[in-house]
Amino acid sequence: MTSLHQSGAATGSRTGRPRRRRVGTGGRRGVPLPLLLPGLLALAFLLLPLVALLIRAPWGSLPGQLSSTEVWQALQLSLISATAATAVSLVLGVPLAWLLARTDFPGRGFVRALVTLPLVLPPVVGGVALLLALGRNGVIGKWLDSWFGITLPFTTAGVVVAEAFVAMPFLVISVEGTLRAADPRFEEAATTLGASRFTAFRRVTLPLIAPGIAAGSVLAWARALGEFGATITFAGNFPGRTQTMPLAVYLALQNDPDAAISLSLVLLVVSIAVLAALRDRWMTGA
Amino acid sequence: MTRSVRRTRRMLQLAGAGAAALMALSACSSSSGSAKSKDTSASSGSSASPKLSGSVTVFAAASLKESFTTLGKEFEKQHPGTHVNFNFGGSDTLAASITGGAPADVFAAASPKTMKIVTAKNDAVGTPATFVRNQLEIATVPGNPHKVASLKDLTKSGLKVVLCDKTVPCGAAAQKALDASHLKLTPVSYEQDVKGALNKVELKEADAAVVYKTDVHAAGDKVGGVEFPESAKAINDYPIVLLKNAPNAETAKAFIALVQSAEGQKVLSQAGFLKP
Repeated sequence: MTSLHQSGAATGSRTGRPRRRRVGTGGRRGVPLPLLLPGLLALAFLLLPLVALLIRAPWGSLPGQLSSTEVWQALQLSLISATAATAVSLVLGVPLAWLLARTDFPGRGFVRALVTLPLVLPPVVGGVALLLALGRNGVIGKWLDSWFGITLPFTTAGVVVAEAFVAMPFLVISVEGTLRAADPRFEEAATTLGASRFTAFRRVTLPLIAPGIAAGSVLAWARALGEFGATITFAGNFPGRTQTMPLAVYLALQNDPDAAISLSLVLLVVSIAVLAALRDRWMTGA
Repeated sequence: MTRSVRRTRRMLQLAGAGAAALMALSACSSSSGSAKSKDTSASSGSSASPKLSGSVTVFAAASLKESFTTLGKEFEKQHPGTHVNFNFGGSDTLAASITGGAPADVFAAASPKTMKIVTAKNDAVGTPATFVRNQLEIATVPGNPHKVASLKDLTKSGLKVVLCDKTVPCGAAAQKALDASHLKLTPVSYEQDVKGALNKVELKEADAAVVYKTDVHAAGDKVGGVEFPESAKAINDYPIVLLKNAPNAETAKAFIALVQSAEGQKVLSQAGFLKP
């Protein structure tokens, strides 16, 4: 904490003087102090809790705690369900984003607001809403149960549904933004050359917005991996079936904080590894 | 690391002092009364009803919400000029904020284990007293369509049962009852708290849940209740204690006395609690 402060102040004063001299020349090295300090504070604020996790980690008992089958079950389930939720989001979310960006219909602004609702909704509320819609006794779930014998709560499919519910808006927003930035004249050119609307979408639009789709998928995947409230409310908590890592962390915190820290570390490492790897490959230049 | 811990503690204390000052201000005359209370506390019994005043802050387990709110109103009626503030929540969360320096007078926990968090830090005065006990009960979908009549019935295949997770008190108690009767039960979910388990039954997603008697009572006709004899082997004690840094110890003692009195016990047993 203190060392960060000092280094921040030092760089600040060093860059402070040349900044004044370079006024008007547009020098790129002169970082304005009013931006530097809050920026560094923000960095410290975002990173310190994670550093604290590393400092407090029970390194000695870590191997023992991580070798338990329940941890691996939870991690495996988390990875599988987050990936499945991302796939669902891609299949359904990209077309939705296209509809929002490329078509005009009455109340489109309202629909766009609704799409982002799960972003701001407390996840537990999302879980209750899902239960009321898709639960065994829910508006649609009732029919799913009596016609097909499908019940989603307490199943891995339920976990995927809960995660997709909170993660899909990230993908839709990201893809819609990229679509709006992409020039629609390319698609129009393709259609005037004889391509059907769908071929134009597949051959022209999709490659054009690929970076946006990748960025959105990464965001959605990360959100799904960390999802807690909707999952425990809608899908419940059963080891190996619906207990994802965040649920395991929360329940471990009740009586074994050390175990919770160890589990959090695993989730942290996995998240960083995937985000970093994908960011390098897909997201630069996005 | 230690520095930041110390700093947060200081900030908590500051916040606590601020809250205490506000309470004292709002109660006007309370500050002098509570300051003197330490010297006079030895001479006066709680039943002698000295002139009580000021606010008293009670941290209590979420399951006590309905009955303690009733008791708080009763207390304010008996002692005009007093005010009872409640902070209801999970017992371990409450215990953590008390040891963190939250300005509270009384702590009523849902288990001896969570009470121990407070007593281990010497934040309590004297030994906590068990004032009620809570017993488990099976909550079923209204009308009990699956004809659940015993704990053993929950092990029937095809029945969707939810339990609390073993890490939380209601789950530990349920496991104890199951173990004691040599039953093996695979639920569809281990819920994170008792309300989570009850909700799944209220929404008819689960057929039955093992919860507390008081929860079945509070849910009214949204669930059915089935008592089972094995629950006698897993009864939860609720301890109550006066806190060391209580801003208004004298009034707090009187509130604890009311909880333990015949009148208080009547309110609690109406909510489904058992006598200690």
